[in-house]
Amino acid sequence: MSVLIDDITCRELVELVTDYLDGALSPADRERFEAHLQICDACVMYVDQLRSTVTAVGTLSEETLEPAARDELLRAFRDWHHKPPKPPNAPD
Amino acid sequence: MNGEPFQQTADDAALVAALRAGDEQAFVTLVDRYNASMLRIARLYVRTPALAEEVVQETWLAVIQGIDRFEGRSSLKTWIMRILANRARTRGAREGRTVPFSALATADAAIGEASVEPERFRARDDGEWPYHWAAPPRDWPEERLLAGETLQVIGGALDELPESQRAVIRLRDVEGWDAEEVCEALQISAGNQRVLLHRARAKVRAALERYFMGDMATAA
Ligand SMILES: [Zn+2]
Repeated sequence: MSVLIDDITCRELVELVTDYLDGALSPADRERFEAHLQICDACVMYVDQLRSTVTAVGTLSEETLEPAARDELLRAFRDWHHKPPKPPNAPD
Repeated sequence: MNGEPFQQTADDAALVAALRAGDEQAFVTLVDRYNASMLRIARLYVRTPALAEEVVQETWLAVIQGIDRFEGRSSLKTWIMRILANRARTRGAREGRTVPFSALATADAAIGEASVEPERFRARDDGEWPYHWAAPPRDWPEERLLAGETLQVIGGALDELPESQRAVIRLRDVEGWDAEEVCEALQISAGNQRVLLHRARAKVRAALERYFMGDMATAA
């Protein structure tokens, strides 16, 4: 994405932080992005806060699977490994 | 968050070998790791929780039966998510989910949405500093960032997000998936994935800012 012709502005920079963090900016845009951070404390703070946000979101907990559902899957796994697969339409 | 790519690969190779040998613990590890996310993803394609459960169940069976054919060209997780997405999409189309999730996500990503309110920047024709901050962000109380109440604010902000943004930020930032895995599971482009992720992060950041700064205003 090479939309920035001149120096990057703060208003543009705040839209590019995830692209920057993901390494998705073109080398030229990356250079402009970093050059702006050299001269702008407010944008440094914005980038830091977005990073902090990502860290904080990462501490939310994930749900785990109910034991019953897990047992059922485990049974399917066991069956598959202990019985050779039946050819299609084979009688029981 | 993600391990190093090498660890991921080594872990995959060991898991695949164990699965092929019929190791139940390896299967349980895999199910515990991905099942909850898979259910949530399947829900984006089909109408009801029951259908989502069926799709996930079918996916696990396909994984069990297909593991001998897994060639390791993608990560095991990406491979599983591709199977899930294909099955969920087919099922969703058959059951008639009104708008497929990937179409919804593409449409959402195309809408122009500012990460920060435009009023917080100077005007474009500002003589001195066009489009620079007029109301810059202020310092956050870092020690409160991981406090229980803050996490509730974050949870609330995630609930408010449009479905497409919530799906992406959950997978990327809560569960630590990489971009490719998310694109595979949600069947969206890398560009749209980043747009949706960035909007989601920007909104959560804004919610945190309101929360922290609101408190400071009351305290002052
Ligand atoms: Zn700036």
